[in-house]
Amino acid sequence: MAANPTLLFPEHAAPAAPATSGKLLTVENVSLEYRTRERLVRATHDVSFDVYGGDRFVLLGPSGCGKSTLLKAVAGFIEPSAGAITLDGQRVRGPGADRIVVFQEFDQLPPWKTVAQNVAFPLRVARKLSKAEAHERALHYLDKVGLAAFAQAYPHTLSGGMKQRVAIARALAMQPRVLLMDEPFAALDALTRRKMQEELLRLWEEVNFTLLFVTHSIEEALVVGNRILLLSPHPGRVRAELNSHQYSQDSFGRADFQRSVARIHHLLFEQTEQNEQNETTEIVQ
Amino acid sequence: MSTPATLWPPVRDEYERPLESLALPDSLAPEAPLSPATRLFAQGWLRKTLIALVLIGAWEVAARIIDNDLLLPTFGATFSAFVQGVWSGELLVKTAVSLSVLLRGYLLGAALAFVLTSLAVSTRVGRDLLSMLTAMFNPLPSIALLPLALLWFGLGTGSLLFVLVHSVLWPLALNTYSGFQAVPATLRMTGRNYGLTGMRHVLLILVPAALPSILAGLRVGWAFAWRTLIAAELVFGASSGSGGLGWYIFQNRNELYTDRVFAGLAAVIVIGLLVEHLVFDTLERVTVRRWGVQQ
Repeated sequence: MAANPTLLFPEHAAPAAPATSGKLLTVENVSLEYRTRERLVRATHDVSFDVYGGDRFVLLGPSGCGKSTLLKAVAGFIEPSAGAITLDGQRVRGPGADRIVVFQEFDQLPPWKTVAQNVAFPLRVARKLSKAEAHERALHYLDKVGLAAFAQAYPHTLSGGMKQRVAIARALAMQPRVLLMDEPFAALDALTRRKMQEELLRLWEEVNFTLLFVTHSIEEALVVGNRILLLSPHPGRVRAELNSHQYSQDSFGRADFQRSVARIHHLLFEQTEQNEQNETTEIVQ
Repeated sequence: MSTPATLWPPVRDEYERPLESLALPDSLAPEAPLSPATRLFAQGWLRKTLIALVLIGAWEVAARIIDNDLLLPTFGATFSAFVQGVWSGELLVKTAVSLSVLLRGYLLGAALAFVLTSLAVSTRVGRDLLSMLTAMFNPLPSIALLPLALLWFGLGTGSLLFVLVHSVLWPLALNTYSGFQAVPATLRMTGRNYGLTGMRHVLLILVPAALPSILAGLRVGWAFAWRTLIAAELVFGASSGSGGLGWYIFQNRNELYTDRVFAGLAAVIVIGLLVEHLVFDTLERVTVRRWGVQQ
């Protein structure tokens, strides 16, 4: 037996001794390119950031800033044209079950599997758990997202919010090193979205995972994240890295929250606003 | 100015009211049983049986008007020839011969289609190969290959299998491949996220996701195989030792037993209907309909 159990379970040790976690995911000078029929498009240019263990790290930027592409590169679906992505000191090469992605689209759940089978499926194929173990763990995480009663239902009978909960349960059951979420709530209605943000934060407190979260909503970034990377419009470059750990779902109306929203808005759109002003002055002249 | 746009709506009082438990009068019950006639007519088999009865009636009337057993026997005569054929066992034996060749050719064609499409989704050369081969051979009627098949494989099952595989392979491969291509990118990425590659990715993600198209391809392939087989048996059934249904039809036409020709055709139709409704409909019900990917 180990003399100090906190060495075995460092995440449980965190509240007892306020030690801080180390770097988990490093993105260094990454440039991403994708090819269309006619040309080569640079999605992000020279982006660097570090995600620490237990972070709720948000990539925020206007559409077309390459934040989703960046997340897919971390997931291993896209090879960076320059730079390196490392997880636990290991270079990321190709997709792997240590980085599970929750997508925005509802069709990420195989329709031919029931809810429980959906959650158990990656445990079976990637973690090589026995059928009984996989099923048990699936039910445990379905219970965590409040869907235990729907274990035997097929995905097409669920609402959009419930489908996203299943996807989250499936990702958490895999206990990945980093949970990657690509605008997971963007296709939901506004009320469901707020509820899901709340639930995600509750799950984070319960399960304690590391999250990399992509969004284009400033409010969502402030509420969900503890650290926000702002990306400039096309091609995505790092504009700023901000803290948002002080905000929660209750902060919506607060003055400092509103100030942060305004500050981020300014950082994101200052350039374009200036351009527009220049254009108008030119027209006036 | 008295246009409606300039009129302001009045400011009204706000109100809130507590929600009481819902008590509906019986006349507004949330569910009510449908009338028996509506429920009966909702049964698909009943509607189809009615249509079949009408068609049979029309046939009987037409046959009686023409009144020539050599050209168009009545339904009654055909039915008795059919029962007689089944009773004597001749029709059953011929059907068994046809079905055994058909199943072998069908399975062989389906297996080849699976290999070709799996190659096509995993490699670019495979994709080009499949699109070229289907473009070349899909429009080619199987029966047109029969003379060549006879030259290569001689009279007998070998030639039949060759044309059967040809008739099943291309439509099924085409359907399966278009089904694979229609699998959502998110679902593919999900599979790759769990480290699924190659054959495991095809079997665990692509095949179930493309099942509606694959089933449609299997249906089309089945119909094509049936036609091809009967036609091929008509062409050279005369020379093969134990003929199938096509040979039965051909032989009886030569001897001018038109009622038996009709009985043979009826056997082809009956088997087609049985396979369509028992096999394919059941397959669809327990898979794609249950999963909600097809209405």
